[in-house]
Amino acid sequence: MSNPALSRNVKYGLGLGILYLLLGTPMARDWLEATMSRHMLVQMPLLVILGIIACRLLPVHWQNAVLAGVGGSVPCVVVALFASSYWMLPRALDAALTDPLAEVGKFLSLPLLVGFPLVLAWRRLTLIGRGFVWTNFISMLAVLGWLYIVAPVRVCNSYLVNDQEHAGWYMVIGSILLFVWWLATLFIGSGVGPNKPGGNGSGTTLA
Amino acid sequence: MNPVKRSVVTTTLVISLGSWFFWWGTDGFTAFTAETARRVEILHSPRPLPAVMLEDQDGNKFSLQDYEGRLLAVDFIYTSCTTLCQSMGMIFKQIRDLIPKESLGRDFALISISFDPDHDDTASLKKYGQAYGADGKIWRIARVPDKAELKSLLDAFGIVVIPDEFGGYEHNTALHLVGRDGRLRLITDIDKAAPFAEQVVSLL
Repeated sequence: MSNPALSRNVKYGLGLGILYLLLGTPMARDWLEATMSRHMLVQMPLLVILGIIACRLLPVHWQNAVLAGVGGSVPCVVVALFASSYWMLPRALDAALTDPLAEVGKFLSLPLLVGFPLVLAWRRLTLIGRGFVWTNFISMLAVLGWLYIVAPVRVCNSYLVNDQEHAGWYMVIGSILLFVWWLATLFIGSGVGPNKPGGNGSGTTLA
Repeated sequence: MNPVKRSVVTTTLVISLGSWFFWWGTDGFTAFTAETARRVEILHSPRPLPAVMLEDQDGNKFSLQDYEGRLLAVDFIYTSCTTLCQSMGMIFKQIRDLIPKESLGRDFALISISFDPDHDDTASLKKYGQAYGADGKIWRIARVPDKAELKSLLDAFGIVVIPDEFGGYEHNTALHLVGRDGRLRLITDIDKAAPFAEQVVSLL
C-alpha cells in the first residue's frame, strides 16, 4: 500500500462492505421493510447510494475502461432506468418480502444495475443528459406517489393501505423538493454544467 | 468495433433484455401487483390445496378434501372484523341465493374460513353464521385450530394477513372457487358476486 489514496479507498471500500452486510442482516431488513415508506424510500435508495459510492472508489482508469467496454453512457443510463423502474412495481415489493430470491435480486441489482452504471455514465453526460435523468426520475417518483395516494385498492398485499398512502405522500413531497433543488443548481453556484471529460472530470457533482 | 456502434449494440441489448424481464416479471404486462399475479397464476394452473383439519361453527371436524366432486366457494374472514368481512358475509349470501336450490349442498357448497383462531372460537363462528343465514351444511363457517396448518392453507391460497393499528387485520379479500378436483381454480374481486355465481352455474 504505497499509494495513500488507494489505501484510503480500500478502507472506505471495507466500511462500505460492512454497511452493505449490515443492511442485509435480518434485523435491519425486518425494520427497514416493515413499512412501505421505509422499504421504498430508505432501504432501496440506500442500496443505490452504496453502489454509487462503491463505484466512485474505483480508480478512474478502471471506470473509464468499463464505460468504454459497455459502449458509453447511453446503455448505462438505460440499464439504470429499467432496474429502478422494476423495483417501483408493487409486485416487486411484495416479492422481495416473500421470495428470498427476489430479495437477493434486489440487494444485487440496486447497487450494481442502478448506482454503478449511473456513476459511470454521469462523467460523460452533458447538462441535457443529466437533466433527462433527473427529470425522468423526479416525474416517475411524483406519478407513482400520486398513484399510491389515489389508488382505490391496496397495491401491496404485504402493506397496510394507509401505509401505501403515506409512502405516496412522501414520494410526492420528495419529488417536489428534489425538483426545487435540481432547478436551483441550474442557476446557483457549482451546478453550472457538468464536469466535461478531459476537464477536471471527476463526475462528482450531482446536477 | 467503433464506440458508436458498440453503444448502439449494447443499448439495443439492454433494451431487449430489460423489456423481456418486464414482460416476464409482469406475466406479459398484465400483472403489476402480487394480487393480480396470484389470480393469473391460478387461472393458468389450478393449485392443489393442503389437507388441513377445519372445525365448523357446530364443532364438526372436516377437511376441504371432503368436498371433492363438488364445487366449493371459499372466502377468508375474521369475525371481529367491522368492515370488509361484514360485506363478505352479504356477498356470500348473495352468491348462495344465485345458485339453483337443487344444486346447493349436493353440487355446490360455501365455506368461510377464519384466519384468527385465537379469537374466533366455535361460538363466535356460530354468531357470524347466524347473522348471514349460514346453516352449517350448505354454508359453513370454519376455523383452522392448528397454527402451522393455517399457515400452509393461507400460503396455498395466497392470502397475506397483516395486523392493522386498530387490533384488526388487513388481508387480500377475494372470492375463491375450488373445482371438483379439489384444486383452486378461480379468484375474483369481491364486487363480482354475480359473475362468480354465473361461473359456478356454468360448471354445475
